[in-house]
Amino acid sequence: MPKTQLQEHIVLRNREIANIADIAVYTQHGGYETARKALTTMSAQAIVDEVKKSGLRGRGGAGFPTGVKWGFVPREIFPKYLIVNADESEPGTFNNHEIIDHNPHQLIEGIIISAFAIGANTAYIYIRGEFAYGARLLEQKIAEARAKGFVGKNVFESGFDIEIYVHRGAGAYICGEETALLESLEGKIGQPRLKPPFPAVAGLYAKPTVVNNVETLTNVPRIIEKGADWYRTFGTERSPGTKAVSISGHVKNPGNYEIPLGITMREFIYDWAGGMRDPNVPLKFIIPGGASSSWLTPEHLDTPLTWDDMAAAGTMLGSGAVVVLDESVSVVKAALRVDEFFKHESCGKCAPCREGTHFLVKVWERIDEGHGRPDDIELLSDVGRQMLGKCFCPLGDSAVSAVNSAVKFFRDEIAAQIK
Amino acid sequence: MLYEKYRDEIDAILARYPSKRSALLPVLYIAQDAYGRLDDASIREVAEILDLPYTDVFEVVGFYTLFYNEDVGKFVLDVCDDVPCCFCGAEELVADLEQRLKVKAGYTTDDKMFTLRRVKCIAACDQAPVLQANLEFHYKVTPDKVPALLEDLRRKVESGAQISISGRFAEH
Ligand SMILES: Cc1cc2nc3c(=O)[nH]c(=O)nc-3n(C[C@H](O)[C@H](O)[C@H](O)COP(=O)(O)O)c2cc1C
Ligand code: FES
Repeated sequence: MPKTQLQEHIVLRNREIANIADIAVYTQHGGYETARKALTTMSAQAIVDEVKKSGLRGRGGAGFPTGVKWGFVPREIFPKYLIVNADESEPGTFNNHEIIDHNPHQLIEGIIISAFAIGANTAYIYIRGEFAYGARLLEQKIAEARAKGFVGKNVFESGFDIEIYVHRGAGAYICGEETALLESLEGKIGQPRLKPPFPAVAGLYAKPTVVNNVETLTNVPRIIEKGADWYRTFGTERSPGTKAVSISGHVKNPGNYEIPLGITMREFIYDWAGGMRDPNVPLKFIIPGGASSSWLTPEHLDTPLTWDDMAAAGTMLGSGAVVVLDESVSVVKAALRVDEFFKHESCGKCAPCREGTHFLVKVWERIDEGHGRPDDIELLSDVGRQMLGKCFCPLGDSAVSAVNSAVKFFRDEIAAQIK
Repeated sequence: MLYEKYRDEIDAILARYPSKRSALLPVLYIAQDAYGRLDDASIREVAEILDLPYTDVFEVVGFYTLFYNEDVGKFVLDVCDDVPCCFCGAEELVADLEQRLKVKAGYTTDDKMFTLRRVKCIAACDQAPVLQANLEFHYKVTPDKVPALLEDLRRKVESGAQISISGRFAEH
């Protein structure tokens, strides 16, 4: 029997507990008790150590170990900030959206515990402007938590103060990149900063700052409540825990699924998401980790969903966003749309990305419209080469993933469209 | 003027940050709702409230897609045409809306009711085709659902309901 649902969810607990967004329901199920325990009986260092031991890795895309990141924050500099990255703009990704709308108190509890662990008295939730409802809902949920004494001054009578504010972005993918996010939060256009210094040392207002993804922080209450060893019963040695993965496109049951890390792409698509939408139209390719990731084809279906295995397959787990496309899809159209995204979202700071994405779209467009030129495939690859590794931030490289994937797996199809 | 009219809201925003400048995005949303768009005069006014150089605020308004410096309709309809939506009904939805509203994507209807736009992923890909109307989500908007949706939005305007192109009162 294929396993298609977790016995126990860690982050998408709204799937098993109805109305968990309601603070009364959340507290009935032990909500905020872990924050109370952490703030009144544990040291900040003990929390950092437990998270380190759990092996929790950042869910925002890079998979950096969360406890290790927290360990970089200098203890003696004040104030410090915790930034919750709720920008969720990587095409294909919608798991933070579900957590925010349906399990917001667990996120807030995670923020309280994590802020205490790093010694931050202020947290900002930077939420993409399109989540207008989510932003309002979070403000309301924070107010509910404040009314119970969980947010504000001297929370749980622990002597610790924590303020949590919601800050809406205004429609710019690049503001998900942590330093561009900080610029935006400071009221500027979202252009990335040079690193180092890293935010842990000099972030928001040049103060020590930790930026973590929504899902990352939503894991924290359960890890502290049940312990790192329990957490490690899910997933693999180097990719512990579960991941809320968004699946969309031509599958029967698109949506979010919280999977134990380590199941294969095949299991995920065919057992969990019900397989292809139309069984008569076969799978063509997969964009497995958000639009930034390199594509996979049916021959890669046995790749386990872990950071290491996806890297070995030449792509990445990324933001946990699997887009499944069937044989009805034109590769040129798909690559065009992906690169249009990066062109639109290029912040304009560096030339290789700003100009490169522009050229890529131009070439894809003319091929799509039937005016491709004989050397266009070489031209695309060449523009890609001039971008890779030469852009100021990873956005430019991301635009090349679609080019190289399309050319590598579907050169004949593109060529046929040019002739 | 903006500050006098929205003093409580703006002061509450300012209190969240150690730097006035951080209030720029939220205050621009308020100004955009108050004036229907961010024209030069409203941009200057926001700059003055926050003690910022005009050019800095112009630059910010130009950078972010949810700030409109040109006239928009009462409702901005944002249809996602990204991958995968474009392979799951988004193109059909755009075509249907263009035909019904008699405008191309990127433009506003003659009656100034709707601005139609194509946008990139709005994090609801499993619900394709999707659109946002003034940043409220509408899921699985197949063309058969369009007439009722448009009717609903028109009724909202007629009933005098609170309308925010910045999505400040979004309910879903
Ligand atoms: C172009 C770009 C866009 C990004 N967008 C997001 C995003 O929307 N959400 C997110 O959590 N991280 C995003 N990231 C990753 C962040 O820079 C950062 O690594 C992350 O928020 C750290 O949190 P984590 O360690 O909990 O994953 C993006 C990175 C880049 C380069
Ligand atoms: S691609 Fe349309 S909502 Fe994500």
